[in-house]
Amino acid sequence: MSRPQVVLGPRPTGRRARKASALLALAGAAIVLVPLMWMLSTSFKAESDVFRTPIEWIPSEPRPENYAEATQLIPFWRYFLNSLIVVVPVTIGAVVSTTAAAYAFARLRAPGLKWLFVVVLATIMLPGEITLVPSFLLFNQLGWIGTYFPLIVPAQLAAGGFDAAVSIFLLRQFFLTIPREHDDAARVDGHGFLSILVHVVIPQSWPAVGLVAAFAFVHSWNDFLQPLLYLTDQSRYTLPLGLNFFKDIYNTQWAHLMAASVLALIPPVLVFFFAQRAFSRGVVFTGRR
Amino acid sequence: MSAYAFLSPWAIGFVGLTLGPMLASLALSFTDYNLVQGADTTWVGVDNYRSALTEDPLVWHSLRVTTYYAVLSVLLELVVGLLLALLLNAGFRGIGALRTVYYLPAVVSGVAASLLWLLIFQPRDGLANAALGFFGIDGVEWVYSTEWVIPAFVLMSLWGVGRAAFIYLAILQGIPTNLYEAAAVDGAGPLSRFTAITLPLVTPGILINLILATIGRFQIFTEAFVVSQGGPANASLFYVLYLYRNAFRYFRMGYASALGWILFAILLALTLLVFRSSPLWVHYEGARERE
Repeated sequence: MSRPQVVLGPRPTGRRARKASALLALAGAAIVLVPLMWMLSTSFKAESDVFRTPIEWIPSEPRPENYAEATQLIPFWRYFLNSLIVVVPVTIGAVVSTTAAAYAFARLRAPGLKWLFVVVLATIMLPGEITLVPSFLLFNQLGWIGTYFPLIVPAQLAAGGFDAAVSIFLLRQFFLTIPREHDDAARVDGHGFLSILVHVVIPQSWPAVGLVAAFAFVHSWNDFLQPLLYLTDQSRYTLPLGLNFFKDIYNTQWAHLMAASVLALIPPVLVFFFAQRAFSRGVVFTGRR
Repeated sequence: MSAYAFLSPWAIGFVGLTLGPMLASLALSFTDYNLVQGADTTWVGVDNYRSALTEDPLVWHSLRVTTYYAVLSVLLELVVGLLLALLLNAGFRGIGALRTVYYLPAVVSGVAASLLWLLIFQPRDGLANAALGFFGIDGVEWVYSTEWVIPAFVLMSLWGVGRAAFIYLAILQGIPTNLYEAAAVDGAGPLSRFTAITLPLVTPGILINLILATIGRFQIFTEAFVVSQGGPANASLFYVLYLYRNAFRYFRMGYASALGWILFAILLALTLLVFRSSPLWVHYEGARERE
């Protein structure tokens, strides 16, 4: 990759062009934010004021009690807890299984390994709809309908389709940038492969591991199709099912619905902010972009 | 040996939850298996495929709807994403904060975001029509109109354009600045610098975004399920929504499996077409280095 005398970076532009670009990019960001601002604003309104025009961005009589009421209309915290029961093992399992696989592909030698990596890449292209029906029948045979197993076990086996395959790829690429001498030094000290992975490779790969964990968390938290297929008992609903259920029964209570939605979005947004910090710190550490 | 040990979770998952189900799905697609009346399942050969492609008007209808949506949405994402990346590449301060904002829609996805957009598209007077009204334009019925429901979904997808922009941006930031300086010395204006340098060098990004976006758009489900349930009058009956109905509402598991394989064939054909055509329009840096 070494190409001497080449300066990479932002396009050289005049001050005027730079200013205009900054303003336009700022305007675009405002457009992206407006729906979220409206969501937040609506969540504090009285139901009768939701559709009032001109829009009242800051409600004159804000109703924070919408939030408390919304969590009563549906068993919100029950669903929130159910989501955590699914998402936590999914995230841990996804990180462990994809890290182990990526380590094998980056560092170990065995017959057929190259072909298996091609198989991983091929699964990126595979639409999940093909395995939808047989997976359902399989989990039905196992007696898992109505339980959380169909939502948790596939992620723990790195069988999450696109996400898992991309995660393995990302981690492998990151592991390849760690100098092999670090492994060799640990091997001389008598460490095995697992110990090298845990003590040498992972500590130098937090940005990638954090990103994979964040992907898994956000994706699992927002997932709708799988819970829709497998969760039959209302008391076991995860938040996306709960919100959809809320819409079906109280479809005119927009302010309360938005309050519940805002609460539901807090965990993935928090995870995103933390992962972003970890990621940019990792970039600074490794000097890589 | 230890390589296989590290790979074992993935390998078990791949065989048990990907390869096995794929083969099962292929086999099922040649049967009339129905989960409710499962007892007398028979082998029907290519009947499912034949009836899906020649007898079931909703298959073609859903393909048309999905293609219409995908073409509009992918094209807009490619163009708007590139424009946004060009802006972000101008090298002003505060990019970090903007990056966060443009990424937010990717995090805020699923049911909560779908409900937000359902509210935005309420005819009297959601944010969309209120905004139009502000400029003196009459609102439309959005997701309650056969004409506007797909454009509404396109707008929804365009909200997440940041993801495509950041793929472009990564490539733009790898373009050597002295290329532009040399072109400026030669007297090239901004437009010809764009068409002669930026556009060719960014084509690999267009390729990635084109493939990722096409595959993603053809599989739209959650938004459709929450926002419009395929309506009005099936105007937003996307392909996967129809597949879901066959499998889990009518329990026609064999037929739904065939629909899954038809989708796979379409996506594979589109991807291969894009890849095969790529030497014609994608500029590979390696080719230049070899000179």
